[in-house]
Amino acid sequence: MDTTATLFLPPGGSTIAGEVDALFYFLVYASIVMFGIVLAGMIFFGLRYRHRQGDAAAPTAGISHNTKLELTWSIIPTILVVIVFFWGFNVYLKMNVVPKDAMEIKVTGQKWFWTFDYPEGANTVNELVIPAGKPVKLLMSSKDVIHSFFVPDFRVKMDVLPNRYTIVWFEAKREGTHNLFCTEFCGTGHSSMIGTVRVVPEREYAEWLETASNVGSDLAPEQYGERLFVSKACVTCHSLEGKSVVGPPLNGVFGKPVALTSGGTVIIDENYIRESILEPQASVVAGYQPVMPTYQGILKDREIDALVAYIKSLQ
Amino acid sequence: MNTIPEKNFLNATRGWKSWLFTLDHKRIGVLYLFSIMAAFLVGGVFAILIRLELLGPGRNLMEADTYNQVFTLHGAIMIFLFIIPSIPAALGNFLLPQMIGAKDVAFPRLNLASWWVYILGSIFAVISIAMGSVDTGWTFYTPYATETQTSVISMTLGVFILGFSSIFTGLNFIVTIHKMRLPGQTWFRMPLFVWGLYATAIIQVLATPVLGITMVLLILERVAGIGIFDPAMGGDPVLYQHFFWFYSHPAVYIMILPGMGIISELISTFSKKRIFGYTAIAYSSLAIAFISFLVWGHHMFVSGQSQLAATIFSFLTFLVGIPSGIKIFNWLATMYKGRITFETPMLYALSFLFLFTIGGLTGIFLGALAVDIHLHDTYFVVAHFHYVMVGGTVMAFLGGIHYWWPKIWGRMYSEFWAKIAAAFVFVGFNMTFFTQFILGSQGMPRRYYTYMDQYQPLHAFSSVGSWVMAVGFIIMGVYLFHSIKRGRPAGNNPWGALTLEWETTSPPPTENFVETPKFSHGPYDYDKNVPERTI
Repeated sequence: MDTTATLFLPPGGSTIAGEVDALFYFLVYASIVMFGIVLAGMIFFGLRYRHRQGDAAAPTAGISHNTKLELTWSIIPTILVVIVFFWGFNVYLKMNVVPKDAMEIKVTGQKWFWTFDYPEGANTVNELVIPAGKPVKLLMSSKDVIHSFFVPDFRVKMDVLPNRYTIVWFEAKREGTHNLFCTEFCGTGHSSMIGTVRVVPEREYAEWLETASNVGSDLAPEQYGERLFVSKACVTCHSLEGKSVVGPPLNGVFGKPVALTSGGTVIIDENYIRESILEPQASVVAGYQPVMPTYQGILKDREIDALVAYIKSLQ
Repeated sequence: MNTIPEKNFLNATRGWKSWLFTLDHKRIGVLYLFSIMAAFLVGGVFAILIRLELLGPGRNLMEADTYNQVFTLHGAIMIFLFIIPSIPAALGNFLLPQMIGAKDVAFPRLNLASWWVYILGSIFAVISIAMGSVDTGWTFYTPYATETQTSVISMTLGVFILGFSSIFTGLNFIVTIHKMRLPGQTWFRMPLFVWGLYATAIIQVLATPVLGITMVLLILERVAGIGIFDPAMGGDPVLYQHFFWFYSHPAVYIMILPGMGIISELISTFSKKRIFGYTAIAYSSLAIAFISFLVWGHHMFVSGQSQLAATIFSFLTFLVGIPSGIKIFNWLATMYKGRITFETPMLYALSFLFLFTIGGLTGIFLGALAVDIHLHDTYFVVAHFHYVMVGGTVMAFLGGIHYWWPKIWGRMYSEFWAKIAAAFVFVGFNMTFFTQFILGSQGMPRRYYTYMDQYQPLHAFSSVGSWVMAVGFIIMGVYLFHSIKRGRPAGNNPWGALTLEWETTSPPPTENFVETPKFSHGPYDYDKNVPERTI
């Protein structure tokens, strides 16, 4: 069973979530008690020892300190925080010891999308598909700046670095979809660098893996391209309503000339689109930053054909 | 009937040069006061813009790039131009020599230099806004800060220069406190505000150089392509984080320690009661200062640093929380059997106790490893540090401003409007930031230009809170400035306090005291003295 959503926490979808939540709520209740003591002290002393106009202004009690009292309010909080330390450490250890039978998926973060490479050769963008009830280990790296992989429902987070691998693991409890956020500031599209984690039953996962590499073979190229435009995260930076986002809008541009930052002009045709997908920095449209990452190795030829067909159809 | 002394530091000499090149610590304090108020206004406008943009998902007011610059400027200006110099450089400068019975600080020229260096650093920071601004967040994390097209160099150079201003002030205060106390005022007879300034100065002198070096390395990497932090040039981005937080965590205590000092003064004065556990409070300031150097890694639990390092940093983080907790209890105990009145400075002191306790307790959440993994880089962290920085430092600063305002100008502000403003600020602050604890633990990441619909109601509520707070600050600006010329004269000691600055006139003469003061009683001897209130 997933834990249910509470005032402070979203529903927990991983095996570790319950343990994190237990400590979180222990801290909430302990904090309420401590805060209550301070507040009660303020209110009580404030009312009890309030000086009213006309009261005699006599010298007050010269209490300088009280060793027993001070030791008490030093030692009790110290014991409490040491308990919290060991509790937090214990759960942290579990988060960091990857089970031996965990399946491994490679995660790549880059401005501004996530790519997932599965052991069987399939890959997805911005959607991580995993089986329920099986530990999953993510081996993560970045192609540019630092990103951070965060699934609130799983209570896991790990930075994704450009110069080394970082690891996170979790076991999803049952099927469902969960938000995936980037939590390390990475520029213009930081808040759009979001995806989903889709948890499916184990048998369905095996079937999905088999068909994942052949998705779209039954669709017309334009329809397939339309689907890819979203699933491969083109939509993060390219609007279809004529608005400038990070990159130029792509509706009604096919066959028209466009000025480049290098000074020349180019007609947007099949080859220009293909070049822009594979070598985005080669001919950048004037007025835009050269920030698009290459899709070399992410898209297959068939998928590029479909995207070209789709952009062509947007007249 | 009180009168304003005919000759005081405000009218001793005339003309703009007599202010900009003054060596009088009180005038330098006033220069700092106006400078940081200007910085607070600019940073505050950026804060309002952030909250307006976040009123709903998607574009409301500005593009994503603009938003990224706005939140960066809000952070950088509030941290480097406002909150770090706020209490030590403005109030500390004005008060420290008076509180120890001295005529000035040890090095008046260095003191003036510190203000000029502050202005120079601020100019670089402001130029960066004009030159296309910075979009890295106030933390300038690499490799993003190495690669971004925005004017990182100007801003980081500004921060580098501002660091010297901070070091100058710290150095000056350390020497002043060691060498210039009046006879009879031993270390443990100093006001606790002076202890707070002393602990702060130690951190300023020891930690700020590391920030300076880090900024220089970042500039070298951008300008000369020397690979230190950017992996594309063979550097290590996590090294940057270690360097940055080695300064920036102790910097949190540069911000809060002098604030704690003010709170000790306020609670004691308005309870007319000897401070409870003086020695514990003084030593806990020093303890905080030293332990603060050993906890920087708690900003990096998910950065890729080793699990062992994370564990050690977590443990040390809990230790640094204990002395802060002890202070809270000491202040409460000071109120016991007091003779308590609730003028505006006391309201801010009580606001501090309320808000800083929440800030401190939520720090425990973030120090606990497993819980921090979930909360790191979410709005929970944003809420936590605003409760500490605004709920702590800014409340203490406002309490201090209202407490010493009559000493600085010799005149009282409107107590009625001051209480109204304090209520707006307190309510608005909680509306704005308590909601952000819930947003964060529900998973809302920080530094997001847009967000999922599920977070909208809380974001909107938070934005409304920011308007309530803004109203409070506008009222405050009006009655404070109005009182400079028009307020009724306050007399030497409007609150009936025992620290030395209340023995001289308001405003004080240039040399602080007409006659050399004698140490006749401790700063909190309310069991032996009932000082006359002049208002």
